[in-house]
Amino acid sequence: MINYIIRRFLYAFPLLMGVNVLTFVLFFVVNSPNDMARMQLGQKHVTEQAVTNWKQQHGYDVPLLWNSDAQRQEKITRTIFYQKSVGLFLFRFGVSDSGRNIGADIQERMWPSLALALPTLCIGLVVNISFALMMVLFRGSYLEQAGIVLCVILMSISSLFYIIGGQFFIAKLLRLVPISGYEDGVGAIRFLLLPVLIGVFSGIGSGVRWYRTLFLEEVEKDYVRTARAKGLTETQALFRHVLRNAMIPVLTGVVVILPLLFMGSLIMESFFSIPGLGSYTIDAINSQDFAIVRAMVFLGSVLYVIGLLLTDISYTLVDPRVRLS
Amino acid sequence: MVVLWTDALIFILIFAILGLVIYLRGKEHIKRPLQKIAHSKAGMASLVVLLFFVLIGLLDSVHFKPANTKNNEIISLLDYWATPLREHGEKTYSAPFATTLYSKEIIALEDGTTQWGYPRLTFGGNYLDNPEAQQLADVLKKTGYGFAQGASLAGFFILGYLGINYNAQGKKNQAFALSSIAKSVLAVLFIIVSFSYTLIYLSAYYHVLGTDKVGEDVFYQAVKSIRTGLVLGTLTTLIMLPMAIVFGILAGYFRGWVDDLIQYVYTTLNSIPGVLLIAASILMVQVYMANHEQDFTSVIVRADMRLLFLCLILGVTNWTGLCRLLRAETLKLREVEYVQAAHALGVKQSMILLRHILPNVMHIVLISVVLDFSSLVLAEAVLSYINIGVDPTTYSWGNMINGARLEMAREPIVWWSLSAAFVFMFTLVLAANLFADAVQDAFDPRRSAE
Repeated sequence: MINYIIRRFLYAFPLLMGVNVLTFVLFFVVNSPNDMARMQLGQKHVTEQAVTNWKQQHGYDVPLLWNSDAQRQEKITRTIFYQKSVGLFLFRFGVSDSGRNIGADIQERMWPSLALALPTLCIGLVVNISFALMMVLFRGSYLEQAGIVLCVILMSISSLFYIIGGQFFIAKLLRLVPISGYEDGVGAIRFLLLPVLIGVFSGIGSGVRWYRTLFLEEVEKDYVRTARAKGLTETQALFRHVLRNAMIPVLTGVVVILPLLFMGSLIMESFFSIPGLGSYTIDAINSQDFAIVRAMVFLGSVLYVIGLLLTDISYTLVDPRVRLS
Repeated sequence: MVVLWTDALIFILIFAILGLVIYLRGKEHIKRPLQKIAHSKAGMASLVVLLFFVLIGLLDSVHFKPANTKNNEIISLLDYWATPLREHGEKTYSAPFATTLYSKEIIALEDGTTQWGYPRLTFGGNYLDNPEAQQLADVLKKTGYGFAQGASLAGFFILGYLGINYNAQGKKNQAFALSSIAKSVLAVLFIIVSFSYTLIYLSAYYHVLGTDKVGEDVFYQAVKSIRTGLVLGTLTTLIMLPMAIVFGILAGYFRGWVDDLIQYVYTTLNSIPGVLLIAASILMVQVYMANHEQDFTSVIVRADMRLLFLCLILGVTNWTGLCRLLRAETLKLREVEYVQAAHALGVKQSMILLRHILPNVMHIVLISVVLDFSSLVLAEAVLSYINIGVDPTTYSWGNMINGARLEMAREPIVWWSLSAAFVFMFTLVLAANLFADAVQDAFDPRRSAE
């Protein structure tokens, strides 16, 4: 087991290296630091001096890959590639283009993100699975037909409309909760209520459909027929046997996104002005802060790789048939 | 005639589909699932709606420079026919069917005095003498008139179709005893034709869906957005398909280091959160465009390039899922008897891949293409909201929502842009989802076994 985990960790390294090279190509090769400086300083009336200053301030004044002016190993270390990527691997994200410490910002902002994303995931899971079970229980009836039609309709509506509609009717017309904002501590619940509700609601359509297919596949299997033949009622068979066996694909689907919850949801957070990592990223995109976007890309991939690892481990814990080798 | 990049790709796509249809015509194994789609009521009805959208999108893809224009603008066939809509701009917001602007202004009267009130629109209902009294009656009259014309037009064609059917069948009692599928298709056709005719008729007199902040007709914007949605939904798949098919099949068939390499590539791409990869790429495209302004001569060329880039980037982020599915399926297929037999008989590997593997994974490709379409259309709106979607000058539902969102706080609320985008988007995505379901039912062997 330990062996396997170590091996997976080592496998994660080339993956992250690949991500790093990809972002490096995207950020520094497609456009030279000169281009970025011009973009940041405004297109017109930029002197050479201003560009040089900007590059020096942000550490972009060294060559990309190979520094032929430097001494020995500094030929490699005094380059943009080395300086910008080694820091990422050590989780030292450096300073954003606007001069703030990215690492500190991320630590501070990931908790509001989690406070929004975790309840949305948990409640959404319970709601989706119960609806899906209900539809499987009443399969072949008009109730199921209506459920399927409703799911298709719900998943055809853009999530933006759920948010705008929810904000308008619940927050603005009925004045049940504040439209947007955030507050530390227990007071946050007031602000999180609506986004969580909308997040759960907008996921119902596709979620229920997905779980329904999972359950339907399981219902046709032999062991369920045996259970029915033994005299179990349909409900008992469903909850004792089908649900437990269908939990394996459900679980793996959830575990892989678990670490990514820290990243938050981009649109939810910016619509409800929750100071999480999602809105942080959006602000960075809008102000074209390349350092932050790069850091977030790297962080996202690290979390995804952790998610993959957790998935593999959780497989062995819940499904005794799977052996790690 | 001006051919933009996306136009060219769209027409290539159309020709490719036509070629495929001709090639597959009469092939028995493809006939059965197609017949199954033809027997699905929801599938056929949604297909009619989709085809209607595609028709509008195609009309909007034929671009040319009008002969008598002073400035260097490029318009499409749709723009040409909608010239009154395009040029009848107002000053600012006006509600649907309104005759006055939405906000009060100081109006200069003829006798030199000024008055604080709602100014009349330049075009919407400008022929009415006394709008308050006449407006409702006029709108109702025009609607009834337009609907009657549209309905009779649709009815005429449907009756003509029935007549042909009658002659062909020759029997009296069967001609009008249509199957329920044909009935639903004709009903959808009737609704589409009469409804859109009414809207077009009305839009000559009023702003049917109001006007936006700069006074542009919202109906025109919503119709123009159809092309953007379709381009994103189809070209993205066109871009990702070759990558996904080639890599997926190679990885599954050859295994070994090829498999390892391809798996490494798609896991790496997959591990970057999609939105962030798109954001990073679009940022870079923006920087590139800002530094190479001379390459993009007109606004429409520039917007078109950005749309194409967006398709490209979405394609790069989206191919991994299909690639993984194809790899798994090929792993299964290569152990099947007929592939083993071909191998034993000494058939070349490229022939095996082309003749035995590729046709047998095509159902997966088809299903994932139709499934992806609706999610791509929905994704456009979200991406435009984060400012990493299409160019702000491109007509798209995402941009419409984005613009209208800022007016939610206004009292009374400006609701028409949002509702228009909602209705158009919902119709397209719902039709696409229903059609995708029908396709999946017909082509997925696991589902059709039931």
